[in-house]
Formats: sequence, structure tokens, C-alpha cells
Amino acid sequence: MISYWATLSARFRSLLQYRSAALAGLVTQIFWGLVRVMIFEAFYLSAGSPQPMELNDVLTYVWLGQAFLALLPWNLDADLRALIRSGGVGYELLRPVDLYGYWYSRALAWRTAPTLIRAAPLLVFAFVFMGMDAPPSWASAGAFALAMAGAILLSSAISTLFNITMLWTISADGMAGMAPAIVTLLSGMLAPLPLFPDWAQAVLNALPFRGLVDTPYRLYLAHIPPSDLPLYLAHQLAWTVAIVLLGRWILSRGLRRLVVQGG
Amino acid sequence: MNTLHLYARFIEISVRSQMQYRASFVMLALGHLAATGIEFVGILVLFDRFGSLKGWSLHEVAFMYGVVNISFAIADAATRGFDLFGGMIKSGDFDRVLTRPRSAALQVAGQELTLRRVGRLAQGLFVLVWAAFGMDMSWSAASVCLLMGAIAGGACLFSGLVILQATLAFWTVETLEIMNTLTYGGVETTQYPLPIYRPWFRRFFTFGVPLACVSYFPSVAVMGVPDPLGSPLWFQYVSPLIGVGFLAVALQFWRFGVRHYLSTGS
Amino acid sequence: MWLPSFLYPFPIRPMPMPQIVVENLVKRFRVAERSPGIWGALKGVARRRYHTVDAIDGVSFSIESGELVGYVGPNGAGKSTTIKVIAGILVPDSGRCEILGRVPWTQRREHVRDIGVVFGQRTQLWWDLPVIESFDLLRDIYRVPRSSYARTRDELVEVMRLKSLLDTPVRQLSLGQRMRCDLAAALLHSPAILFLDEPTIGLDVVSKLAFRDFIRRFNRERGATVILTTHDMDDIEALCDRVMVISSGRILSDGPLDDLRRRISGERRLVVDLEEGEGRIEMAGAQVISRSGQRVQLRFDPDAVSAAELIRRVTSAHAVRDLFVENPPIEEIIAQIYQEEHG
Repeated sequence: MISYWATLSARFRSLLQYRSAALAGLVTQIFWGLVRVMIFEAFYLSAGSPQPMELNDVLTYVWLGQAFLALLPWNLDADLRALIRSGGVGYELLRPVDLYGYWYSRALAWRTAPTLIRAAPLLVFAFVFMGMDAPPSWASAGAFALAMAGAILLSSAISTLFNITMLWTISADGMAGMAPAIVTLLSGMLAPLPLFPDWAQAVLNALPFRGLVDTPYRLYLAHIPPSDLPLYLAHQLAWTVAIVLLGRWILSRGLRRLVVQGG
Repeated sequence: MNTLHLYARFIEISVRSQMQYRASFVMLALGHLAATGIEFVGILVLFDRFGSLKGWSLHEVAFMYGVVNISFAIADAATRGFDLFGGMIKSGDFDRVLTRPRSAALQVAGQELTLRRVGRLAQGLFVLVWAAFGMDMSWSAASVCLLMGAIAGGACLFSGLVILQATLAFWTVETLEIMNTLTYGGVETTQYPLPIYRPWFRRFFTFGVPLACVSYFPSVAVMGVPDPLGSPLWFQYVSPLIGVGFLAVALQFWRFGVRHYLSTGS
Repeated sequence: MWLPSFLYPFPIRPMPMPQIVVENLVKRFRVAERSPGIWGALKGVARRRYHTVDAIDGVSFSIESGELVGYVGPNGAGKSTTIKVIAGILVPDSGRCEILGRVPWTQRREHVRDIGVVFGQRTQLWWDLPVIESFDLLRDIYRVPRSSYARTRDELVEVMRLKSLLDTPVRQLSLGQRMRCDLAAALLHSPAILFLDEPTIGLDVVSKLAFRDFIRRFNRERGATVILTTHDMDDIEALCDRVMVISSGRILSDGPLDDLRRRISGERRLVVDLEEGEGRIEMAGAQVISRSGQRVQLRFDPDAVSAAELIRRVTSAHAVRDLFVENPPIEEIIAQIYQEEHG
């Protein structure tokens, strides 16, 4: 927990140092949001039969996605990467802490710090200028908040798993390219999951990635009724636990390899 | 030893350096291929759901997607040296460049040709060929030339954007993420047909950063489909030249930046 | 170790006098003031405040063909600003500079063809490739004709004993080996003037001595001009006939090394580590200038008492664990000159 607060405040401060970068990030995300909005508007113009999601809901979904983009496990921890490349990771073993727990809390900080800075201004922009909808009821808003908490825990578990793969340096290079693409597609960031082909729905529902984007956003829209919340939270938490256990197992193997090679 | 020959030598050296880390290169290229491939899956998903995009077919969109991604992959690989340029200024390596009797832009560009971008290139080529066959379109010598010209003009334009971004490093040490909006965002935007966007957005990508001139306009001419925006055929044929002009302007700005650096040394 | 002089592989080239003329060079930098904290940064965006720093303030000198000149001064004194101006990569605010009849910054590309630059901290070789590949690429960059390139390269490889290194990737070289290769790389296009910026920094003693030998030979055999900036007084003593001292953007002293030494008195230092239990130390002909723990620093004048004699006196009177003789550090010499000028 202490390492979480320490990393969070360090990330927070370093992000605040580059204010113009933060501003640029905001402009970038507004731009991407606008492009997505226009693409969906055009697709809906040619759509015939009623779609699994209304255009307005899709647009709100897009803006939520832009606001909480930084929560996605789409980049590797740069400091950790440098540590592993330089061989300094051996020193991590000397710390009197559970290494997985330490890395997990680092990932948690990496996910939350940029979100804290970016989400609010983007949401304000989307509400004021883009006609983004508020949740239809307090129940939906509450369900969204809980599901976002679940999404953060899940995202940090996936991030940690990606970070652990850096112990195998060469595979990490491929992972760095592939991970964000897989996550953006399967989470619903690229297109809302209900718009995917019907035959794919069962698979998408089973996979963990929907818990990052699709679950909380559709709860927000009441596209999933708030009463179904326990089911979806259970899905998020079950996957979080599974990925944490997998991560712990891979980490112990990676460290054994590191010790055998002498760091 | 003319300039092109020296550039070829730089590329040769860079390729050989990267081949020292072959396994890493293969993983990076595969990762890149998968990443760009998944982007295209996103387009397939939406066409599967909606059938067409405001009257445009999947193959037509795929064609533009192919053109723009090939252009960008070439530019991205060739201008990697400019991506590293901010670091060169900080480390003083740019001073070394200036102590050599050759063009600074050539030396910066020649630092690295990133082979791993072959992933995006392969994917773009694949999608382009698939789209062309899927449409049963008629080819002529003129349309083949135009397609080549569009890709070349696009590569010039994207390179110009990267050079503009790098040149700003003469004045500021901050990373300029905002310029990525124009490169990556430009790829995202122009892989869809221009008419689906709102008028102000269309104007920006035609007259501001003229990316539509190297993707949309030549693409409709090559595919032989009418342009709902009503652009004349001659314009569709000359528009890729605008990409070359953009690069020329960017290089002029770069030269201005070098002069500024020579007088401030910072 | 060396070949007899008639076999020296460097050809002696007849050359136009490469004269470096620098007159009243001035360069000021505008530095943006930064206030700490978020509020300060916001203020900085709203209205930037600048103060100007005189990097060089009226520097003048001229260097004849074939001179080997040391250019010394503390960090921030204006050394690298001067070097940048005469290397053609910085335009001064005012003043005149002519090198080989050219103004470096207006004819930069023609100018840099005739100079070689070695930065001690940074290599110009391609990190992942064998040394020979870097050499070949430099041939193409400098447009050296193939026949004369082969001759020059073979000479350099021979003299600097690089043959076994040529096929090694640069990243695997030791610092000493890399510096030798870097020096060779800077000489491949046969420059008339060579700039060396801290070339011996971080080198071990053997590499340092070898490096100095190469530089001296390059200077003597080819009659080429060498300008050397360094913090290492031994480099200067070993190599330079002439030393220019710069401080706060002004040249404080310019002349033969002996003159400089005479001006600051020929003071030397003897550092003695005494055994435990040794108390006060007093010596005729030497003065204690500091004592910390068991280490004592003595100052002496080698004209009055030789180092050997002083060491004999010390060791016969005291139990000594270790001792060595050194020159006063360059900062002190400069401080002394500075005091003479301004005091």
C-alpha cells in the first residue's frame, strides 16, 4: 500500500511536470473522439434494421472511452523496463516485500495517475460540447462507479502480467506492439462490443477484456440494468483473481530463471 | 558520392545494425503486424454490422486504408531518425552532425531506417491487393502511375509532418504528443472516405494538413468511382504532388531551425 | 616500439598555412529564468524572464600552422563556446574569425571538411557495427577518394595498432581502444586542423600515454594544427608548447607553457601519508599547507630543493606509509592567474 502511494505521487508529480504534454494528450483524445463520433454517425446513416445499440448510446460510450483511456493496460511500465534491461531488477529481489504485490501496486499507480488528470476535463468537454448523456438513474451511476473500480483492479492485474513478460526481454518487444491492439479491440474501445457479430458475443462475454470498458460503460448507459451488477462484478473479480494467480506463477518462474542466469 | 548514394549507404549500415538483434527484430515486426491487423479487424466488424458506410463499400474503404497505411509505413520507417532528434539535441550528438560536410537532414534521417515497420507495410499491401481484387476494377497505365504517386506523395507528406515535429525540438524540450494527433490521427482519419466527415474537418484535411490529397482524392480516381464532393478528375490526378510540396515546406522550416540552432547553440 | 624516423608512415604534406585568426569574439546567451513549482511555471508561460550570460567576451588569438595548443579553463569559462565557433557550429554575436581563409559559419560545409573533431565523451562510431564499417562510412561522408582513403586508413591502422580491432563491434571495445579508433576516424579525411575535447577523460594511464603519443606524432609528422581542451594538466605538460587560459569568457593568459609555469612560480606538492602515531611534521624547504587525518600536503619549490631530496628528508625523519608528488591542480593555477589579473 505504501508503495502504491509512493508510486502514485511520483507518477502524479512527473505527469504534472509536463503540463503541456497533458494538454496535448487532452487535445489528442478529443480529436480521436471526434473522428470516432463522425465514423459512427456515418455508419448509422446507412444502417437499416434497428441496431443492438442506439447512436446516442454509442457516442456516450465513445466519450467515456476517451475519458478513461489511460485506465487501459496498453503500455508497459517504462521504469521497470529500464530496470530489467539494465539488469538492475536483481536488486528488486533484495526488497523485503512481496514482489508481485509491489509490482501490482506500481501498475495500479501507473493506471490511476494519468486518469486522475485527464478524465475530468474530457468529461466536461463531452458534456458541454458533444451532448454526452448522463446516466439515466442514480442506480446506473452507482453501478458504473462500482464496475469502474472493478475495471481498475482488472486492468492493473493485466498490466502487471504484461510487465512480468518483460523478464523475457525479446518476447516483451513483440508484446509491447501487440498488447494494446488486442486490448483496444476486445475491450470495446475500438467499437462497442454489442456491435460485434452475434456469433462472437459469447466469446467476447467470456473473455476478461470486456470488464475494462464494455461492462462499466453499458452499466452507465443502463444498457445493462443495474440489477445485473453482481453478475458482472463477479466476472471482473473472477478474472482479476485468475490473472493475479497466473502472474504470480509466471513471475516466480521468471525470477528462478533470473537467479539461475545470475541476473 | 552523391546524396542518394550516401543515403543508401546509411540505410545499409542501419539495416546491418538491426540484423545484429535478429530475434528482437522478428518479434517487433510480428507485434507490429498483429497490431495493425487488429485495427483492420475493427473496420471489418463495423461493416459486418452495418453493411456499408454512407454508401461506401468495405472494399472501397479497404483500398483507402491500404494506400494510407503503406504511405505511413514507408514514412515512419524512413524518418525514424527525426523521431530520435530531440534526444540528439540534448546529448550533443547533433553538434557532431554539424561538424560533417554533408546535409544535416540527410544525416539525421540516415541514422536509422526502422525495418520493423515492415509489419504495417505488409498489412497495408495485403489489404490493398485484397480490396483491388474484390472490387473487380479496371486498371490503366495512368491509374497505376497515380496509385504509385499517391503512395509516394503520402510518404512525403507523413515524412514532412515528422520533420515539422522534430524541428520544434530546436525551440522546446517538451515532448510534443500533439503532433502525433496529426500523424497517427491522420492515418486513422484518412483511411475512411473524406465525405463521411463534417465540412470543417474535411477542409482541415484538404487545405490545412492535406492528407486527403494523398489518399482520398487519388483513390477515387484509381478506383474509378465518382466523388460525392465533386472534385474534378484533373485535381484527383495532381493532388499527390501536394504531398511533395508539403515535404519541401517542412524541409525549409527545418533549415530555418538549423540556422536558429547555429545562432543560439541550445 | 616506434619505427625509425625514416620509416614514419605519415607523409609530410606541403600545406597552405592553416592559420586560425580570432578577433574580439563575443557570444551572449539568453537564458530563460525558471521559478520553482507550479505557480512559477505558470508565470514562466505568461511572461518569460531572461538574463544574458556572456559566454565569451572579446576573445582574440591567432594560431599558426602546426602549433599544438592547449586551451584550458574551468567549466563554463567559455572553452566549448569558443571551440564551437571555430568548428563552425555556432555563430558569434560579433567579432571576426577566419580559418584557412574561410569564415567557419558562412562556409560551414567547406570548412568542416578540413577539420577533425574528437569528443572524449561521445564516440562518432556506429555502436553496433565493426569499426571498419564506420571508417568506410566516414569515407563516403567526407567523399575521400578511394585510393587515398586506403592509404590513410592503412597508415592509421598501422601506427595506432588497430588491426585486431577493425572487425570488433564498437560496443565491445574498451574505452581506450575506442578512443584510439575515434581518433583514427577523425583523421581519415586528413584534416589540417584537429580539435580534441577532453580526449583523455576516463582513460587508464597506459591508454593515456599511448594516446598522447599519437597526437604528438600526428602533429609533428603532418605539420597539422592541434587544439586541445582538457582538465588534465599532465596532458598539457606532455603535449602543448602553448597554453591559452580562459576564465569567465576572457583569455587570461596565452603563451608557452614555461612562461605560464614561471608566472605561477614552479610550485610542486608532496603528499605524504604518515603511519599512525606520527605527530607534527616540519621540513626545511617545504611548507605544510594542509593536514587531514594522517595525510599531509607539503608545498615546495623544485628550484630550491629537488623532489628526491625532499622525499629523502621526509622518509628519514618520519615513518611514512605512502607519498607522491603532484602539480597544483589546474583550477588553482587558473585561480592564481585570475587573482594576478584582477587582484
